[in-house]
Amino acid sequence: MTKVRVLVGTRKGAFVLTADGKRDTWDIAGPHFGGWEIFHVRGSPADPDRVYASQCSDWFGQVIQRSSDGGSTWETVGNEFAYDGVPGTHQWYDGKPHPWEFKRVWHFEPSRTDPDIVYAGVEDAALFRSSDGGQTWQEVSGLRKHNTGSAWQPGAGGMCLHTILFDPTNDQRVFVAISAAGAFRTDDGGASWKPINRGLVSQYIPDPTAEVGHCVHRIALHRERPNVLFMQKHWDVMRSDDAGDSWTEVSGDLPSDFGFVIDVHAHEPDTVYVVPIKSDSEHYPPDGKLRVYRSRSGGNEWEALTHGLPQRDCYVNVLRDAMAIDALDPCGVYFGTTGGQVYASSDAGDSWTPIVRDLPAVLSVEVQTLP
Amino acid sequence: MIRVVLPPHLQILARVDREIRLEVEGPATTASVLDALEIQHPTLRGTIRDAASRERRPFIRYFACGQDVSHQPPEAALPAAVASGEEPLLVVGALAGG
Repeated sequence: MTKVRVLVGTRKGAFVLTADGKRDTWDIAGPHFGGWEIFHVRGSPADPDRVYASQCSDWFGQVIQRSSDGGSTWETVGNEFAYDGVPGTHQWYDGKPHPWEFKRVWHFEPSRTDPDIVYAGVEDAALFRSSDGGQTWQEVSGLRKHNTGSAWQPGAGGMCLHTILFDPTNDQRVFVAISAAGAFRTDDGGASWKPINRGLVSQYIPDPTAEVGHCVHRIALHRERPNVLFMQKHWDVMRSDDAGDSWTEVSGDLPSDFGFVIDVHAHEPDTVYVVPIKSDSEHYPPDGKLRVYRSRSGGNEWEALTHGLPQRDCYVNVLRDAMAIDALDPCGVYFGTTGGQVYASSDAGDSWTPIVRDLPAVLSVEVQTLP
Repeated sequence: MIRVVLPPHLQILARVDREIRLEVEGPATTASVLDALEIQHPTLRGTIRDAASRERRPFIRYFACGQDVSHQPPEAALPAAVASGEEPLLVVGALAGG
């Protein structure tokens, strides 16, 4: 029978939430790694029982955990992320050169075909790859060595590489996004990269249309139409129809175009979800109402999805990796909040129920659709 | 035999009790004790010292016989009571007040 498994990373541990295909009764397991920050938990599409978790701490650094039984038991694997060559410098907040220093793994993207191949997006921004199930990591250094690399600057949350998207139709093409450098694409399997930020406008940087320096919060694509990208930028919801070569704004009638998450419906490439946040200084929903907005037209026209979500006195945030969509029909949509709630919709967003209300602040949500 | 006490998060990570007992070859120093600790418990590599540079992580301190020995050179001898196993070497995570 079909099942779903929701993988939740929080400020104080990881949780595994499971349900059958009806998605109305949930089993909650955890915390795993209690007390540690879990930035991301991600399963392999090639072997759903293979799961990777990024466990970190300001005191004790980075630990990588791997499970071979769907997140029930775990083993530590390699935690050495050495930049290729002499790392050099990027810009610090004050504009001065600052040495590249590994801090943590923000995001895993496992291969679709091989459970032992997994990519890691890290802070300070770089892309790493493992081909031995996380035992060892090698930098995909063509990205960081792009001639703009020395000009990249951190966003408020650190200079993190937080988004990795494979093109399902072209194994040489990968998209990544970095706060606050922008979006990049490789068309040669990672050897070389180009910034894909034309059309982005960021008023907070000296040249608002610069090639790099844009605080991209998240990018999403639909696997059947990978040339169309949707982006939640610091401000502005954007769309590209040419694999990132150019972008147009599709914020339309959103109550705020600031936010972190963005995702695409499992079966409708033009149905997109965002969670508007009031502003970059407030980091909570407008009017104290937690609303997911859905566009069925690829942007510009948005409808508020509120049924089952708190519509008063709600001041949580939804962080960039904290939304996921399952592959069932109708697809399930999931998101987690900094207040510790994980909400689920089993009807593509029409209605919502909390799976769990009182976890530590949620950093990431992923979902696996299991046979 | 050297005794080492780890902070709770690392006890959980390494799946060990509060105190670990190690056989250390040669003089007992923070470097030799932590080398032996990481060989016996590889999962601790990188959590107390940087895996590449072997430098102590910023929010970690080492205490021995009531003294903070964090700033001694890694090759400096630990007190005789630690070398004999009478007293443990404490690995401590920095405490935040407030």
